Amino acid sequence: MARAVPAVQLVGLRKAFGDVVAVDGVDLEIADREFFAMLGPSGSGKTTVLRMIAGFEVPTGGAVLLAGTDVTTAPPYDRDVNTVFQDYALFPHMSVLENVEYGLKVKRVDRVERRRRASEMLDAVRLGGYGERRPGQLSGGQRQRVALARALVNRPRVLLLDEPLGALDLKLREEMQVELKAIQQDVGITFIFVTHDQGEALSMSDRLAVFNAGRIEQVGTPRDIYERPATAFVAGFVGTSNLVDGGTATVRPERIRLLAAGEEPREDETFSAGTVRDVQYLGAESRLRVAAGDGELVVSVPSGALGDVRDGAGVRLAWRREAAFRLTHAGMKPEGGGDA
Amino acid sequence: MSTTATGSVPIAGLARRIGRAVTRRPVLGLAATVTAPVAWLLVVYIGSLLLLIVTAFFSIDGFTQRTTTELTAGNLDTAFTEWVFVRTVLRSVGVATAVTMLCIAIALPMAFYIAKVATTRVRRSLIVAVLLPLWAGYLVKAYAWRAMLQGGDQGGVLKSWLGFTPGFGIAGVIVTLTYLWLPYMVLPVYAGLERLPASLLDAAGDLGARPWRSFRTVVVPLLVPSIAAGSLFTFSLSLGDYITPKVVGGTTQLIGNLIERTLLAPNQPLAAAYTLWPVVIVVAYLVAMTRLGAFESLK
Repeated sequence: MARAVPAVQLVGLRKAFGDVVAVDGVDLEIADREFFAMLGPSGSGKTTVLRMIAGFEVPTGGAVLLAGTDVTTAPPYDRDVNTVFQDYALFPHMSVLENVEYGLKVKRVDRVERRRRASEMLDAVRLGGYGERRPGQLSGGQRQRVALARALVNRPRVLLLDEPLGALDLKLREEMQVELKAIQQDVGITFIFVTHDQGEALSMSDRLAVFNAGRIEQVGTPRDIYERPATAFVAGFVGTSNLVDGGTATVRPERIRLLAAGEEPREDETFSAGTVRDVQYLGAESRLRVAAGDGELVVSVPSGALGDVRDGAGVRLAWRREAAFRLTHAGMKPEGGGDA
Repeated sequence: MSTTATGSVPIAGLARRIGRAVTRRPVLGLAATVTAPVAWLLVVYIGSLLLLIVTAFFSIDGFTQRTTTELTAGNLDTAFTEWVFVRTVLRSVGVATAVTMLCIAIALPMAFYIAKVATTRVRRSLIVAVLLPLWAGYLVKAYAWRAMLQGGDQGGVLKSWLGFTPGFGIAGVIVTLTYLWLPYMVLPVYAGLERLPASLLDAAGDLGARPWRSFRTVVVPLLVPSIAAGSLFTFSLSLGDYITPKVVGGTTQLIGNLIERTLLAPNQPLAAAYTLWPVVIVVAYLVAMTRLGAFESLK
């Protein structure tokens, strides 16, 4: 059986701005109808990759294929993709309806038809009665939805979202995460979503790529990335992770348990002893920083199991050997010694 | 921190006392800050305008040719009905409009290139190139254009290089004024483009608009306030100019030339009445621009 043509294919993609290499050889395939996240710290090249898919930047090397067609040097207006910008980039001199209609108008969709489709799209993002307003009269969350409607009304093959939730407050962001996911399933369009928020990337995407210093460190499902990080960087950037076994393996804080007094570690467990530096009470669970060996371990335990452990107390720790995940290739050391 | 310190340094003490008084009553500080500029505005701008209006009602003693304070509406009647003068007013408005249109047509692509296309280094030198002519004397530039526009056997640069020159006349006046006031259009338009987020252009392209369409439907509408600001300069400066027509205008005369001639006649009251024309026109222009919403984004 022939493999389906990927919606987006990046081949050895490179981009240099003068002497600065922003993207350094990225290969990636994104399937049709996939919700794909590009996760990484600022300056890791994820936004530049997005801009090359959109056509705003011309790659220094490599190729961009949309549905199998090479569009590496095609201008943005000749690509079947639309973008939701970080600052929304709504046209301030047009009404909300005119903003949403803009793409259809450019494509010469007749007046009645484009009015109908734009209104439908505004209804879909729950901004039914807002067509006559100016973008300046809307709240951040509403503007974000207008930007989404303006892009989606064109029924692109791929929708690119550049940190679309970054400017929203926490509650609104969580609402929009759920909503975006629902909209994506509704319209059945490939979504490529750039974010530096690992929680957002894990909770929303079907698959994600973790970027670092212009390269992809790992591509996989959220579960793969979280439970089987390929590099120390991924382990540190996605969730909190402890480097163990001389920096060759990682173990998640919730996989480490406190041994009760007199309790011995089981056969299949690794043992470590240390001194508590800091106890952070987080409600259902508590987080300990423990000085152990030549490093520090972050341990997450149910608050009920904490007992009388406090700063300066000696604790004994154990984790199952299989919970410590071996890093498949040496990457950069995670920032902040494993606490990300 | 004692009274002795205040006593031994009286000026510092006085300054401190003023400082305290101003802090306690903000109105004092406000008054101290705005009194001078407001007085200047009232006396120099509004005051002279009022004097101008009053003078327009004075009359000339037919025997001594001196201005008398005897009130008459005759000057205004002449200024606003005499066909020779009204025709000059219409010509002046036409010239000012043409100059403004030409300035917009040249400044838009020029400012766009400077603000959005040129590299940082090229951008700097281009801004200097736009600003530099403002440092040169007005007369020098006007006479430079006279030399260039010169026709006939002793033709200037235009004639010898292009083989064509509009010569001295209304076209020469428009060309010269456009050159003189162009920076006043380029600068506000450039500033407006600088403020225009690049993502808006990206968005237009992303939605399928080719560059020219993005320019027409996104850039230009957002530049209307900048263009309006620039046009106030180019329009009113052209409307009031009377030296350029003398240098390159041939027989062409604008409002300023008639006012000057009347003033030297001497008929100060009639000249004052004539002067009300440009005042009325510029006020009408401002009102029209405000009605069009040209200054909305400045609020």
